Amino acid sequence: MSEEKKVKRRDFIFTASYVLGGVGVGAAVWPLIDQMNPDASVKALASTEVDVSSVQPGQSITVLWRGKPVFIKRRTQDEIAEAKSVDLKDLKHPEKDEDRAKNPEWLVMLGICTHLGCVPLGNKGEYNGWFCPCHGSHYDTSGRIRKGPAPTNLEIPKYEFVNNNTIKIG
Amino acid sequence: MKKIFKLLLIFVTFLSFYNQNAFSEDNKQLLKQDWTFKGFFGKFDRASLQRGYQVYSEVCSSCHSMQYLSYRNLAETGGPEFSKEQAKAIASQFEVKDGPNEDGEMFTRTAKLSDRFVSPYANEKEAQASNGGAYPPDMSVLVKARKGGADYIYSVLLGYEDPPKDIQLDDGVYYNAYMYGKKIKMANPLSEGLVQYKDGTEASVEQMAKDVTTFLSWAAEPHLESRHKIGFRSIIYLIIITFLVYFVMKKIWSRVETEV
Amino acid sequence: MSNTNYVPTSKIGKWFNDRLPLLTLSAHLQEYPTPKNLNYWWTFGGILTFCLITQIITGVILAMHYVAHADLAFESVEHIMRNVNYGWLIRYVHANGASMFFLAVYIHIFRALYYGSYKSPREVIWIIGMIIYFLMMMTAFMGYVLPWGQMSFWGATVITNLFSAIPFFGESITNWLWGGFAVDNPTLTRFFSLHYLLPFLILGLVILHIWALHVPGNNNPIGIDVKKPSKDTVPFHPYIVIKDLFALLIFLIIFAFFVFYSPNILGHADNYIEANPLVTPAHIVPEWYLLPFYAILRSIPDKLFGVIAMFASIFVLVILPWLDTSKVKSAIFRPLYKQFYWFLIIDVIVLGYMGAMPAEGVYLLIARVATAYYFMHFLVILPYLGIKEKTLPIPLSITEPVLGGSSNPSRVKNKTELHNL
Repeated sequence: MSEEKKVKRRDFIFTASYVLGGVGVGAAVWPLIDQMNPDASVKALASTEVDVSSVQPGQSITVLWRGKPVFIKRRTQDEIAEAKSVDLKDLKHPEKDEDRAKNPEWLVMLGICTHLGCVPLGNKGEYNGWFCPCHGSHYDTSGRIRKGPAPTNLEIPKYEFVNNNTIKIG
Repeated sequence: MKKIFKLLLIFVTFLSFYNQNAFSEDNKQLLKQDWTFKGFFGKFDRASLQRGYQVYSEVCSSCHSMQYLSYRNLAETGGPEFSKEQAKAIASQFEVKDGPNEDGEMFTRTAKLSDRFVSPYANEKEAQASNGGAYPPDMSVLVKARKGGADYIYSVLLGYEDPPKDIQLDDGVYYNAYMYGKKIKMANPLSEGLVQYKDGTEASVEQMAKDVTTFLSWAAEPHLESRHKIGFRSIIYLIIITFLVYFVMKKIWSRVETEV
Repeated sequence: MSNTNYVPTSKIGKWFNDRLPLLTLSAHLQEYPTPKNLNYWWTFGGILTFCLITQIITGVILAMHYVAHADLAFESVEHIMRNVNYGWLIRYVHANGASMFFLAVYIHIFRALYYGSYKSPREVIWIIGMIIYFLMMMTAFMGYVLPWGQMSFWGATVITNLFSAIPFFGESITNWLWGGFAVDNPTLTRFFSLHYLLPFLILGLVILHIWALHVPGNNNPIGIDVKKPSKDTVPFHPYIVIKDLFALLIFLIIFAFFVFYSPNILGHADNYIEANPLVTPAHIVPEWYLLPFYAILRSIPDKLFGVIAMFASIFVLVILPWLDTSKVKSAIFRPLYKQFYWFLIIDVIVLGYMGAMPAEGVYLLIARVATAYYFMHFLVILPYLGIKEKTLPIPLSITEPVLGGSSNPSRVKNKTELHNL
């Protein structure tokens, strides 16, 4: 074997070891990272069913879904009208009320301020909707951001009406 | 190199000896089955797992809980792999206590996939009271909790015999050739044709014992299949990289005249 | 310590190194002159470092999911095994990792015994090592309690009851250890806390252990001091690094075999039964690595003296550098010691075996003889051998196997022979 060939072979073994070693370390580290992801028992709780038969117009209930508060608000006709009357041009994050509440009487949204994750207070603020006490974000009766530091409207989770009295979130 | 392997061999033999000895106190050899889930590529027999669940639910579950399993496990890969709908249907046969509701009262509802297996008794004391003082052990990890594992469970299920003349049995105590101490408080749970297998398999006592043991083995070690799969890959990988590193080492040490 | 006159090439490197000489440390670790005739028994230091780090990483992860409460501990372990992503893998690595750790540490200790690595000038390395070993046993014992199975509970009960042998204060000490009148939730939570703490203490001691090693440098199979650096040494990097890595990979293959194909073979089936203070398992057996000490404990018929004997069996190891009076380090040049060394190994294995057997009849008798021999080895045989033994001539250096004081050419070991020792 010539000197040159020897050097090449050595280089190959060194490179191959480094590459393969890197792959192995990566594969070994993945379980150590993945273990912090939501586990099987948490994922299994992805949906909750809520009985809303006792909620009167104007009332709101808060339920826990995936460890987060969900506001379920039965809106009055005035509140619906107010939400629908807003000009989209006035909104920081333009969304029609019809797109946010499939059934206009029921508004279902995550009770988490899109600014830094505090829980806004109901029936407060300059727009008769929600007001976040942490940094002063004001939401309207459709949960849209109107004033304050929050960048987007309150998030609408995936939900459906199983029947007239039951909402399934998730 | 040779010395290393020699020592390894000695160590492994010693270990197996140590372990065998732990079993040898029992004078009767356990019945051995050719379990599909043993060995390097061992996997569970799906059909057997599904039949095993049927035996568990129709026979064992009237006394034995399985509190660490959830109904969703029945549909997970590596297990009996019922379809999600089948698993939901199984769960919906059970009622679980939930609550409190808005009025502060507990209520019962139909079980969901995320619920744990419903236990036959409210607590250990009730289980003891209903079974003449003996607590029917929880079956979630039973296979791992007994020396001999699957073979032991299988043997006990088939180990009911007429007692030898010199052994006196109290009421509610039965003779079992494989049970520790030979006495068991559980009456022989299996009899020919006790369950009607949905897949038409003949429900002989051996078949039911085999199926339910397979099911319990999965329940105790639900990730066994991925363990075998990842294990095989890891060991192959390690062998390859060990060879590579060996050559790298030879190369590096060739710079000094010493042998490695 | 070797004098590293290391000057970083970059300006930033120099600036930093002047303030905190980490780069000098790194250079020292790489250049560290190591005897080039070290055999594979010397790779276990690296393997042990790997074991400790693996145990700490997997342990920290398990603590993220484990709940230290008597009512929830067992369930949370099952949660790890069933629900947590790769939880089964991490737990099996941690549980079998403890066994692998002890396997490696026993090889490491017995290597030191064979080659006389505990002798002057390395007594402090040895004593720190023994403290590490003792802390390892405590950590392992408390870790075994955490799953709150039957063996956890009864193992904890039996071992903590050792302290009740202390005259007058026994009961108050055990109550203090338990935080109650029996092993219960307070015991579990404090064991968890200490089990989390001790490995970091071990890590600190490991750093001291290595520091103390780097002052005189490594011992070697021939047991003579080598000039550093010289023809007898190689720099630690890459020569020893790559050799340690190769040995580690072989070790990992065995480790993987346990984790993936018989993860419960080293454990005890009873520990998959939740702790029950009303029922004691038929056989209480500690983990395999504690069995020899368990045998010594049980072989003494008196409670207090049994406990004293058990602790004494570790203490004789601590004072070993002064019990072994021989000036010659390596067993290669001590024909008699070599034989007694193997007797000791057999004796310890016998003790371990007796620790797993019921303490009755012939088992007890054998355990007593083995215990007596164990102490005799350290307290009688070693001091006596050092005075009486006729040792073989020792070469002057590794590369030049010239024998001091012998003109008999048949006694001269040739080079390859020495390296294969």
